[in-house]
Amino acid sequence: MSKEQALESAEHAGSGVRGAASPEATAERTITLELFRYHPETDSEPRFQSYEVPYNEDWVVLDAINWIKDHVDGTVTHRWSCRMGVCGSCGMMVNGEPVLTCAAFLKSYFPFAVRVEPLVNFPVERDLVVSMDGFMEKLEAVKPYMIRDDVNDTSGGEFRQSPAELAKYKQFSMCINCMLCYAACPVVGHEEEFLGPAALALGHRYNKDSRDQGFAERMDVMLSDEAMWGCTFVGECSVVCPKHVDPAGAIQQAKAMGAQEYFKRFVMPKGAGA
Amino acid sequence: MSHAAAEQHDVVIVGGGGAGLRAAIAIAEENPAFSVACVSKVYPMRSHTVTAEGGAAGVIKPNDSLEDHIYDTISGADWLADQDAVEYFVHRAPEEMIQLEHWGCPWSRMPDGSVAVRPFGGMKIERTWFAADKTGFHMLHSLFQTTLKYGNIVRYDEHFATKLLLDDAGRCRGCAAIELRTGAVRAVLGKSVIICTGGAGKAFPFTTNGAIKTGDGMAMAYRAGVALKDMEFIQYHPTGLPGTGILITEASRGEGGILVNKDGRRYLEDYDLGEALDVSDPRHPQKRAMELGPRDKLSQCFVKEMWAGRTIRTKDGDAVHLDLRHLGEAKIDRKIPFVRELARNYAGIDPVHQPIPVRPVVHYVMGGIDVNGESATDIAGLYAAGECACVSINGANRLGSNSLTELLVFGAQAGRNAARFAMDNPELEVGGLESQARDEGERIRRAYFSANARSAGSAGGGGAGERIAVLRNELHEAMEEGAGIYRDRESLEKTCDKIAELRERYANVTLDDHTNGFNTELTAALELSSLLDVAETIAHSGRERTESRGSHQRLDHPERNDDDFLAHSLAFRAEDGRTPRIEYRPVTITRWPPGARTYGADSGLKREAEGSGAGGPSAADGNNE
Repeated sequence: MSKEQALESAEHAGSGVRGAASPEATAERTITLELFRYHPETDSEPRFQSYEVPYNEDWVVLDAINWIKDHVDGTVTHRWSCRMGVCGSCGMMVNGEPVLTCAAFLKSYFPFAVRVEPLVNFPVERDLVVSMDGFMEKLEAVKPYMIRDDVNDTSGGEFRQSPAELAKYKQFSMCINCMLCYAACPVVGHEEEFLGPAALALGHRYNKDSRDQGFAERMDVMLSDEAMWGCTFVGECSVVCPKHVDPAGAIQQAKAMGAQEYFKRFVMPKGAGA
Repeated sequence: MSHAAAEQHDVVIVGGGGAGLRAAIAIAEENPAFSVACVSKVYPMRSHTVTAEGGAAGVIKPNDSLEDHIYDTISGADWLADQDAVEYFVHRAPEEMIQLEHWGCPWSRMPDGSVAVRPFGGMKIERTWFAADKTGFHMLHSLFQTTLKYGNIVRYDEHFATKLLLDDAGRCRGCAAIELRTGAVRAVLGKSVIICTGGAGKAFPFTTNGAIKTGDGMAMAYRAGVALKDMEFIQYHPTGLPGTGILITEASRGEGGILVNKDGRRYLEDYDLGEALDVSDPRHPQKRAMELGPRDKLSQCFVKEMWAGRTIRTKDGDAVHLDLRHLGEAKIDRKIPFVRELARNYAGIDPVHQPIPVRPVVHYVMGGIDVNGESATDIAGLYAAGECACVSINGANRLGSNSLTELLVFGAQAGRNAARFAMDNPELEVGGLESQARDEGERIRRAYFSANARSAGSAGGGGAGERIAVLRNELHEAMEEGAGIYRDRESLEKTCDKIAELRERYANVTLDDHTNGFNTELTAALELSSLLDVAETIAHSGRERTESRGSHQRLDHPERNDDDFLAHSLAFRAEDGRTPRIEYRPVTITRWPPGARTYGADSGLKREAEGSGAGGPSAADGNNE
């Protein structure tokens, strides 16, 4: 093979990528993005700002936002990383629905305008970025880790777990912490003590893991007044979940287990439930 | 930039991905009285470890052997790995994998409850542990959730580290970091520091890497005087989706997927990678052969097919077909469901019914911060682990599923060693370090926010300033054209020159955003600066290595040259910030003298016959999860 061939192929290798990422790819068609803008340093109140973006049917909403930031307005502020639906960074409200913007294709909205807002039920940090402080505290509260005495003793090899035992919690371990379920949940919005769908599903994930022995400890948290019982089974969390974790199902199971535990702890005399 | 008061800890970890979190736990366990800071530009669960799909290698089954894992890794590395480090890695791997299992990682299982393993490229036998095809996701979340158990791990989420802080004795004692929420620069201090910031795939336009993979930690160490080692070795993964670069895991071939060209031919058999056995043959897929050859060779075969006109034209460039149809829907859904989800969502292809178009895509940096077998750099108190570091166990080509294990083994080791250094060097001179951080904040303000920086602005229409994206796109173009799968002196020199030009033009980069809080345009500018430094070491190290080895293929020097280049390249930053100085250090050879690197009939079939007893090719194909 010659060097010319090599260089030609290198050029060729680039063509596809540049096609996807550059403004030259634009046909004459454009699509309008209306971005929620709010910067506490400079703005007294939020507003919407419209941008005309080249329409490319392979693009997702995130690509359009990135295009704006790169080429038009560097002050637009949002989070993103993997662009393949697994890092959980880029959740936003698109036309009123909580979605991962890396999985929301422009072609599902074209030719109409796309309105992008930060996830609801969270304080806005700036533009499309929300504060995650409360969410992180709730995740931590359910003690989402293996609880047993020999957890650091590897001498006996792996803890055995059958495929059937794995299947009991696997679904609930798929949460990417994208927080869409918190934006969809009507209880999260007005009940601060409510742990919310993702955190409860995560606590339940460990409770259902055959290797774990921390059920009682975890239930100390989950059994408190509004932590879990606040859920009214609207089920929107499971509808919007991009990873099919079904937090509503997890909470339903957790409540059933919790009711038994509650009965054991507070209704039966001590020791009688053993 | 405003300034925030210094925070004091015992050990500071920069980076909250797999390696950083594993290090944090190791320190918390080593000394429960220690305070561990974990500084990360994103929340830890956003770290790029999350996207790893196929699995993590570790010898666990009775039909496998440590010796074989060592040999596979060394030969896969084209003998550029340090053999003592590889031995340590392979010996520690099983324990680390079991530990992660104990911490809750939902590994896929065999019917008897033991962990399941699957075949992977360049490995003689199935030894790759997996959690369906979201292994990195599960490992990262298991590690992150486990860190929540330790009250002495203090997280600095969304803090962008920009500079290492050294004391008068030359010891690394922390970093300066921008708190994104406020824009304040603060010193996060400790008695030792570990860098775990991942790779730099974003130096290239077409990559599996997420937006955050910008080589910040590599650049930070480089600027502090540590060499970047073996940077010319860039891994192209052979199977990414055209257009987006989204990774289709090697596990899809481990489960039996095949690669075909436009004529439907399994073209790998034309490149000394073995015989194309029928997919119904019980010996398929053969280990260390054909579709389970190493990534460098498979990516090179693609380019040769393209030159020969046998690839498939798509609107997003040339591709070949990854055909999984013969696996059937049930197996695809059970073993590689994420592959189906990604192909459907991003390529409009259902692999149950159609082959997936794929092409090579930049995936991993084998090189990195020069560390020894103890994860220590040449700066006292500074350690590095994970993709950002180069021990080296990956040499000229990393085997798939070794990197997830690497971040456990060396993350833990770096954590223990950094903890011991902190115990032995307990005194901390806060004043001087804090003033360095204040200077760093001032430097950033001057460079990006001052009246000068503003007046150069392109945003207002006038001035000489350039947008970040303009420079970044030109860097991408230069890297792809000159430092891709095949290179030569002329292409690399052109790339070196272009990078030098871009570095000069970077001085005029201008921002639209001059506010403090959550200024992601500022961090994008800092990331571009990291990428320019890292790209420079890639191009210069590549130009100086006049041989072909592993992933570094020189059209003008097509042979491996052990006489001159059985050595690690070390790129040192020049005093004037211009041309890096390249030095070499011999590779450590213990028991495996350099040999011919063969796949297919020469290496795979013999082992196949030996290995098929206990586990056999069907070990990963049982009715396990």
